[in-house]
Amino acid sequence: MPEINNKLKIKNGDNVGLEEIEILSYADFSSEALSILSKIQNHCVAYFAFHNKLNLQFIMAIADDLNQNIIILSHQLLNSEKQELASLTQQIFALHIFEREIHENFGIEFLNHPWQKPVRFAHNRFHKDLKINDYPFYSIKSHELHEVGVGPIHAGIIEPGHFRFICNGENVLHLEIQLGWQHRGVEQLFLDKKSNLQRNILAENIAGDTVIGHTSTFVNIVESLANKHISEQIQIERAIALELERIAIHTGDIAALCTDAAYLLGANVFGILRTGIINFTQSWCGNRFGKGLIRVGGTHFPFTEELKIQLLEVLKDFESRFIEMSHITYRLPSIQDRFDFVGEVNETQARLIGCVGVSARMSNIQRDIRVNQPTFIYQKFPYETIVAERGDVFARFLLKRKEIKKSIAWIRNILNNYIFNSHSGNVPEYKLSLKPNSFCLYLTEAWRGEICHCAITGDTGELIHYKIKDPSMHNWKSLEMSLRNVEISDFPINNKSYNLSYCGHDL
Amino acid sequence: MIKDSKILIHNGKQYIPDLQNAVIKAPFRGKPVISFAKVDEKELVDLCPLRAINANPVSIDLGKCSLCGECAFAFPEKIQFTQEYKISSNKRENLIVFEGENKEIEIDENILRPEIRAVFSKSLKLRQVSAGGDNSCEIELGACGNANFDMGRYGIEFTASPRHSDGIVVTGPITENMAEPLRIAYDAIPEPKIFILCGVDAISGGIFADSKALDRSILNDIKVDLFIPGNPSHPLTIINGILDLTRGKILSNYII
Repeated sequence: MPEINNKLKIKNGDNVGLEEIEILSYADFSSEALSILSKIQNHCVAYFAFHNKLNLQFIMAIADDLNQNIIILSHQLLNSEKQELASLTQQIFALHIFEREIHENFGIEFLNHPWQKPVRFAHNRFHKDLKINDYPFYSIKSHELHEVGVGPIHAGIIEPGHFRFICNGENVLHLEIQLGWQHRGVEQLFLDKKSNLQRNILAENIAGDTVIGHTSTFVNIVESLANKHISEQIQIERAIALELERIAIHTGDIAALCTDAAYLLGANVFGILRTGIINFTQSWCGNRFGKGLIRVGGTHFPFTEELKIQLLEVLKDFESRFIEMSHITYRLPSIQDRFDFVGEVNETQARLIGCVGVSARMSNIQRDIRVNQPTFIYQKFPYETIVAERGDVFARFLLKRKEIKKSIAWIRNILNNYIFNSHSGNVPEYKLSLKPNSFCLYLTEAWRGEICHCAITGDTGELIHYKIKDPSMHNWKSLEMSLRNVEISDFPINNKSYNLSYCGHDL
Repeated sequence: MIKDSKILIHNGKQYIPDLQNAVIKAPFRGKPVISFAKVDEKELVDLCPLRAINANPVSIDLGKCSLCGECAFAFPEKIQFTQEYKISSNKRENLIVFEGENKEIEIDENILRPEIRAVFSKSLKLRQVSAGGDNSCEIELGACGNANFDMGRYGIEFTASPRHSDGIVVTGPITENMAEPLRIAYDAIPEPKIFILCGVDAISGGIFADSKALDRSILNDIKVDLFIPGNPSHPLTIINGILDLTRGKILSNYII
């Protein structure tokens, strides 16, 4: 296969001029992309299309975890050309969701795509006559099988999505998840809103359980494109907030899993432990989810030495109670019996799906942006990837516990070694002009997994495209696979063990 | 068993005994107060990312405000956020705070449907529907029932089916794709029923107000019984709002 040597490679958070991105023919693009993606250290983090003048330009970003850089490939489709392309999904299955998204938004036919179905019924989709109730579910004609439809509204306080099971008795043969109910038009609003403060608020509302993850990704994009230098302290503060978010949500997930296994002591104790962490976030920035904390250019709420003492105290108290509760919970026969070997996704399957974050690490895949594409803070204070092996509910349950302990140790190391200056002078700055005709990409390892935002600016530095990818985009497929050949009554524990985002997916 | 008991002792009493008088410390942002200080009002109005501020007289609409606090950082002499979390009302206009005014945001008894207090004051089962919510209001609604806030002590709980419930709590700006399911869920609830909007997104659309992907037409047909501001609404705001609506201030103070 011919290798194109001068491939464009960037580091996480870099921006490049659009003219530096070489536009390949689709044949060259395909063979190049397939050859790169066939190597185990590479995975696709973004593949999207946008209108560049009169043409539709496609950009693919592939993270190379071995060399810690991101390879950028591009091709284009002229308006005069037939709006179809040969699908790459048959060779690299993980690309299925990207091609489906492009198909939905721009009407491009991907020939030989095995599963070219709508992704989220976005309001600016190409085929407007196709409504959300028309989703083409897979079905099997048989007298022995029956289908179970659940949702979009579920039986708890949870976001909407439709789950369609095909069952043989109690056993699930196939699950298909249809999303899109939560679609609010977030990507379009990023272009409509002209001030960086509005966009900043918008980023906070992409997914309310991943406020820090999405917002810090967004501000890094703006700061990169505006060439705005951010002090080390602000970067450290953002990383601490990110790890606190991880601790809080993972703890909540453990509590929710205990609830579903009818272990009430664990459910209540892990539940109140989460409260302690989010209440600290509230005493830092006034909001339990960190809304208001992360701002373009700086922050209104600098981390002070007093907060440091308070956080060390909170973590100490949390950790001792967490360990005590975990020691019982994770050894409890009734929990082990319920979670062991249920909903397994093995390493091969997880690689095929393109799982990211916890859903990759549960199956022994060393995929972690903090380690593989580290930004400055994670270079200075390294993090080690933790993996589990079995890919079942228990693996996810266990991984959350281990990541909580690891994040506490990581935060404590910084707190013990860094002096925080409450007058660091980095206040928010919204009136920043962005570099024109540029592309910028930023990856963050949030608690669910990698978040990828891409921005493209036009002639005057205005945003002409903003692309958001929540880790759930990939991982919903993993939940579908987990349900194969398990009892339908095991769906709740599988769902909670993933805790994927609906609004982050639907945007 | 001994280990379990130890855990109970080590975790102690976590519930908040008095939910109506609990104190939240700064920098939590609740109800704002606006002084008569002279500032560039145009700049102030333009600064608000959610267009919740109006001039002449200066006011903040908590139905549009996401409590980000940007105005208070830019004009501290004009706007301060207090830690007052009781900011829910059954009247949309009551959510607007004017300059120089420091009255409580409360339920307007005159427009209250009489059946609400007659039927729901001792037990209330609610169905939650997220219609484009970002999962922060949903988590806070869930937290209302946890061991800290324990809303169940008042007989207020969330149910799995609309058929078993007395009303609906909507979060999110109501997306086009969720408009129909929301209406079906509402219609499935037996009369009499109440309708609550929780969070700034539900009340006004919030930062999504201008999005073409929304369909808020259901609000033209249904009278809203309670607006609960916040982004997300704090559990104490939610619980006190529902208590004031269903029991009134005086009763809710001693019926536990």
